[in-house]
Amino acid sequence: MARAADDRHKWLVTLVAWGLALAIFFPILWTLLTSFKTEAAAVAIPPQFLFFDWTTENYTEVWARTDYLRHFTNSVIIAVGSSLVGLLVAIPAAWSMAFSPTRRTRGVLLWMLSTKMLPAVGVLVPIYLLFKRAGLLDTRTGLVIVLMLSNLPIMVWMLFTYFKEIPRDILEAARMDGATAGRELLHILTPMALPGIASTLLLNVILAWNESFWTLNLTAASTGPLTAFIASFSAPEGLFYAKLSAASTLAIAPIVVLGWLSQKQLVRGLTFGAVK
Amino acid sequence: MASIALKNVSKSFGGREVIASLDLQIERGELVVFVGPSGCGKSTLLRLIAGLEDVSSGEVLIDGRDATMLPPAWRGLSMVFQSYALYPHMTVRENIAFPLKMAKRDKETIQRKVNDAARVLNLQDYLDRKPRELSGGQRQRVAIGRAIVREPVAFLFDEPLSNLDAALRVNMRMEIAALHRQLGATTIYVTHDQIEAMTLADRIVVLNAGRVEQIGSPLELYRRPATLFVAGFIGSPRMNFLDGAEASRHGAATVGIRPEHVSLSASDGRWQGKVSLAEHLGSDTFVHVEVAGLGTIAARAPGDLDVRHGETLWVTPDESCLHRFDEQGRALAA
Repeated sequence: MARAADDRHKWLVTLVAWGLALAIFFPILWTLLTSFKTEAAAVAIPPQFLFFDWTTENYTEVWARTDYLRHFTNSVIIAVGSSLVGLLVAIPAAWSMAFSPTRRTRGVLLWMLSTKMLPAVGVLVPIYLLFKRAGLLDTRTGLVIVLMLSNLPIMVWMLFTYFKEIPRDILEAARMDGATAGRELLHILTPMALPGIASTLLLNVILAWNESFWTLNLTAASTGPLTAFIASFSAPEGLFYAKLSAASTLAIAPIVVLGWLSQKQLVRGLTFGAVK
Repeated sequence: MASIALKNVSKSFGGREVIASLDLQIERGELVVFVGPSGCGKSTLLRLIAGLEDVSSGEVLIDGRDATMLPPAWRGLSMVFQSYALYPHMTVRENIAFPLKMAKRDKETIQRKVNDAARVLNLQDYLDRKPRELSGGQRQRVAIGRAIVREPVAFLFDEPLSNLDAALRVNMRMEIAALHRQLGATTIYVTHDQIEAMTLADRIVVLNAGRVEQIGSPLELYRRPATLFVAGFIGSPRMNFLDGAEASRHGAATVGIRPEHVSLSASDGRWQGKVSLAEHLGSDTFVHVEVAGLGTIAARAPGDLDVRHGETLWVTPDESCLHRFDEQGRALAA
């Protein structure tokens, strides 16, 4: 009896999980399929699922008409750059809050997170003017700075949670052993927090890669990353769904591959604090 | 090797006093044990000496020099933590070498000292392992190795054996005693276990609620406890306490008698009672006798004594071995 109920339960859970996974995956699958259709097939009613004339002409055209590689390079520089610079700022910040907390630490953390609740568009004009004044409009440096700042609260929070897991005794032992704050950070804390730092880095690369608000508003032609590349396919004459899909597929492919390769690290990192 | 002195040292956490003003002199080469129940302030006191906590007032002198404001590393002390606090990402070799590396010693010196420490502590075969691949006892040895390579002026041990199982604890206790004899270094050892305190210490500092109850050699504490607290804390099974009429007969508020100073007889004696528990340890038998009007009296009897629960026995204290205490719990002169 119990076993039958157990089996039924297992089936149900599996079914629900697959259902959810498919629902989440469907838009990506649809984009992928559409990218191989002709423009006519892409907007056909009823929609064609698998039985259409497969073609790669969207890709050849997208490739010919635009400079994919330049956008791709921009995306890599902006995503990786902002995440690395972010780590440089976030590690000491999270470290001091985790190991020398004061009465206001909790408040500071919450305040940092609250900046993420502000709609980005609310500060677009001031940031735009600041960037204009500083000559940072349409530069990769500018994007690295703004994406670093906008993801910083998440980085500090993630690292704070990881650092909190490191036993206090070990840090005190290092202090007894003659480690200065800097060497403690270098020899003890950073190596112990490395898995956490790696997942923070990965997650932020993904967040920065997908970021479109700032990248669209602060760039023009030369430094636009892949998000700008996708956006350039919504022309005034209308949407070319098939080409747009091909461009989207090209834009998300690198990050999907990265996510796939590092999924173990990502899952471990995200559940680090939860399972211990 | 150094002497350590505490002058009027006190510590408060947010207005709550955990160490009341305290003076203590620890001589060179001495092994002093801080003992007391949990929350008595013994670990805090050790951390004040280590520099891991700042004193609220008073001075910490190491070899006569004021170390009150010095950061931990500059005090020249080594500490062994209850949790061992090994660096999990480093091998045993790197763990032991860490303090030397921080002191910027040259490679050959580091290697030689690590090998020496490993030999003393029987760790040669484990030098390339990570802490997680070691047993509790081995981890403890690594922690001690890390403490001795720096050649500190004094060792601080914070309940180093409480995470080990009973058999290993006895072994490590002997190893620490042997190591102390070998190195002759000033050592402060914190424990809540009075047996560890009795077996290891040159002198014991008994702490209770942030105050020093008594300082003395193990046998002084055992023979002449200065307070009711010390009398009850040192010795196992604990001292029997009697108050009321029996105590006033001896001109005291409370009288105490150790179990080994109580004799048992089947036929006659001072008080008659029923055996409520007989603990047969082989070498000894601890007999707990329920005496009407007095409570339970524990007596230490030979191991071959054949007594059972519920039997009627006579108990007689050796009156020359009574400890007398006043209302405040202070010992009265014999």
